[in-house]
Amino acid sequence: MRHLTLTLLLGAALVSIAPADRSLAATPPDAFVQAMTIDDIISLDPAEIFEFSGAEYGAQVYDRLITYPVDDVEDIQGHVAESWEISEDGKTYVFQIRDGITFHSGNPLTAEDVAFSLRRVVELDMSPAFILTQFGFSADNVEEKIRATGPLEVTIEVDQAYAPTFFLYCLTAGVGSVVDKELVMANEVDGDLGYAWLKTNSAGSGPFSLRAWRPNESLTLDSNPDYWKGAPAMTRVITRHIAEAATQQLLLEQGDIDVARNLGPDQVAALEGNADIEVKAVPKGALYYLGLNQKNEYLAKPEVRQALKYLVPYQELADTVLKGAAEVHQAFLPKGFLGALEETPFSLDVERAKELLAEAGLPDGFSVTMDVRSISPVTEMAQAIQAVWAEAGIELELIPGDGAQTLTKYRARNHDIYIGRWGPDYQDPHTNADTFARNPDNSDDAQSKPLAWRNAWDIPEMTAMADAAVLERDAAERAAMYIEIQKLHQETSPFVIMFQDIETIAERTNVEGTIWGPSFDDNRYWQITKN
Amino acid sequence: MLGHANALVKLAATLALTFFGLLLVTFLIGRVVPIDPVLAAVGDRASAAVYERARIEMGLDLPLWQQFLIYVQKVLTGDFGQSVLTAQPVLSDIARVFPATLELATVATFLGVLFGVPMGVIAAVHQGRWPDQVIRLLGLIGYSVPIFWLGLVALLVFYAKLQIVPGPGRLDIFYDDLVPWVTGVLLIDAALARNWIVWQNALSHLVLPSAILGYFSLAYISRMTRSLMLEQLRQEYILTARVKGLSETRVIWRHALGNTAVPLITVIALSYANLLEGSVLTEIIFAWPGLGFYITNSLLSADMNAVLGGTIVVGSVFIAINLLSDVLYRTLDPRAR
Repeated sequence: MRHLTLTLLLGAALVSIAPADRSLAATPPDAFVQAMTIDDIISLDPAEIFEFSGAEYGAQVYDRLITYPVDDVEDIQGHVAESWEISEDGKTYVFQIRDGITFHSGNPLTAEDVAFSLRRVVELDMSPAFILTQFGFSADNVEEKIRATGPLEVTIEVDQAYAPTFFLYCLTAGVGSVVDKELVMANEVDGDLGYAWLKTNSAGSGPFSLRAWRPNESLTLDSNPDYWKGAPAMTRVITRHIAEAATQQLLLEQGDIDVARNLGPDQVAALEGNADIEVKAVPKGALYYLGLNQKNEYLAKPEVRQALKYLVPYQELADTVLKGAAEVHQAFLPKGFLGALEETPFSLDVERAKELLAEAGLPDGFSVTMDVRSISPVTEMAQAIQAVWAEAGIELELIPGDGAQTLTKYRARNHDIYIGRWGPDYQDPHTNADTFARNPDNSDDAQSKPLAWRNAWDIPEMTAMADAAVLERDAAERAAMYIEIQKLHQETSPFVIMFQDIETIAERTNVEGTIWGPSFDDNRYWQITKN
Repeated sequence: MLGHANALVKLAATLALTFFGLLLVTFLIGRVVPIDPVLAAVGDRASAAVYERARIEMGLDLPLWQQFLIYVQKVLTGDFGQSVLTAQPVLSDIARVFPATLELATVATFLGVLFGVPMGVIAAVHQGRWPDQVIRLLGLIGYSVPIFWLGLVALLVFYAKLQIVPGPGRLDIFYDDLVPWVTGVLLIDAALARNWIVWQNALSHLVLPSAILGYFSLAYISRMTRSLMLEQLRQEYILTARVKGLSETRVIWRHALGNTAVPLITVIALSYANLLEGSVLTEIIFAWPGLGFYITNSLLSADMNAVLGGTIVVGSVFIAINLLSDVLYRTLDPRAR
């Protein structure tokens, strides 16, 4: 027995090594610390960044040519560009670059840096390059299409007279980031335009510079005291990768972090009534939708597509499963976009759905499968839908899978129904019209494979309508065209668009000045202060 | 002499074959899972041209056997390729994550042995009576309660409520990067830098996760010790020793326990090796950037270079620990000399 006592004593001694004085953990007053899942980052090069966390990083470190205020996205403003002019024929844009901006390296930012950065995106041709190349740039012609025509003047020629808003919005995306040409080219290896180096380093002029990136672990930024719009109050920003939502909640409650970014409805509910923590709901551009593969004989019937739109418990899901993480939205342009259609004509109506199924010649329903990513809240949404469909006689089999797995199947058009989440690539309405309402080639080996293609929806007329909207130079007229396309889309498409995402962000109340915008690259840290 | 050389050749051949089999099986599994590795590399939004270029760069347009051959060739020259997820060479990724797991597993195993072995002995001595029942119950809980639940509850109690241990992570955020990276094992690096504040912080962060993992291995080690001890206590030499008038303490802790040392080492080695693979759930809950977390993440994204690299490391560790326990076995057991 003596030995048991001894071991227990030893154990107690070991535990007591831990410092007992941990009553009030707090982050330093000049540092901002947040917990967030950042395992999606694969590159820190603005010519390659295309993931949520990466986009947010890029927005802190790089300045872009133009921008918009997060509370009024229609107000396009100059940023690195002071002003611009558009030629009569609508094909030439001349930008005047702001004088006096310097990169973190100390190099001055010039027109040559801007032209180089844009050309570099086209020449590297990574995932987000299409945002620029859709204006007719290619590696062969970009030297003459995008060029510095003065020390502080950049001239860009596009191939058609597009709606100016379309081109300008595309320049507000991450590919419009200005990189330090001299620094990047000093790190070039085998003509890679500094690609290998910039993947894990920074060469920007923004309010912060990269200090350290440890994949799946942390991302640390240092402030740029010489930022041209004023030095940030936070000298350091640390983003820690915390995969588990419950762990994020604990850290936030203890004050070990200032902001938690990935709390679920359960955690948010648990924080209610905590005076030290404020929960913010920020509408994001991502949509939850069902994609109905038109290769399936049942789903190809217009009445069935219509019936399924009446078979989603929209409001119930928003109130219970999603609990503030999303709101009902039924058109392909999210709220906050030019021309977004906010009408929600569909609600749960099993009787109406049954009538439509009878009209389709399927009074007894049918069997169908749905590929579901095994993550919350997608799984719960799918289960709720499954229960409702059973009431209308539709036997829905859920096939759970990991993200990459379900996506592989979806992209090969081997699914029946796919429950997905889609976020816009840039702030212009064309980004979603291009994928939900355009399908130039429905053949199996098509060059471009938008969501309409993935669901084998052949729509030459709607494709033409979307193409016309891109060329309309009057903004009001253009918005009206998108409304028209969305109405038609809402009634006929094989997309059951259900919800628009709301990002839930929990902040400690001593933090002020965070900016959370409609997309991840609208989130900004540079005005953050702490009391 | 000849027999010795023969044994060595045999051992080397077995090792090579084991490695080759390990590579082949992992490689094939990686290729048959219905996940598109190109997708993980370029993302869902990439254009057809970008996608195709990446596919060719990754060598995925070649026949399967050729892909495997190229991979084996590269591995033999020490090139494990790049991870798609982190954009870093797999070797440097593993060098970064493995020390975290090593540190956690070592401390956990130390705790498991420190408490598990005496508990097993006590249970065996008091077989069927209350100390045995209590220890059995403790072991049962450690073995059957899901470790992620245990981890979360422990965090809630000791970190959130009692505030006697720090939160998740290997260090408080502001001790990051204070000591130079030498081994990656923070306790060693901090000691080398004579930075005792960081050392204490690292230790305090280790307490909770290593206690949870240690409890888990304690459960296993104490059960095994108990049954090994029971076997010994029935032997005639124990009776002889008692008849000789040796003290009960000496009989139990010296004679009986001494004779269980050899099989016990195998048990401990195995449980250590298991922990070295990385305990995925513990690592997630405690935001511990270790090997298990790394491999799982890579697997879910079909990041095959990373998965294969990780598998080779885990395989090597297993083989090394087996060899080590073999050597210990030989030195401790006079019959095996």
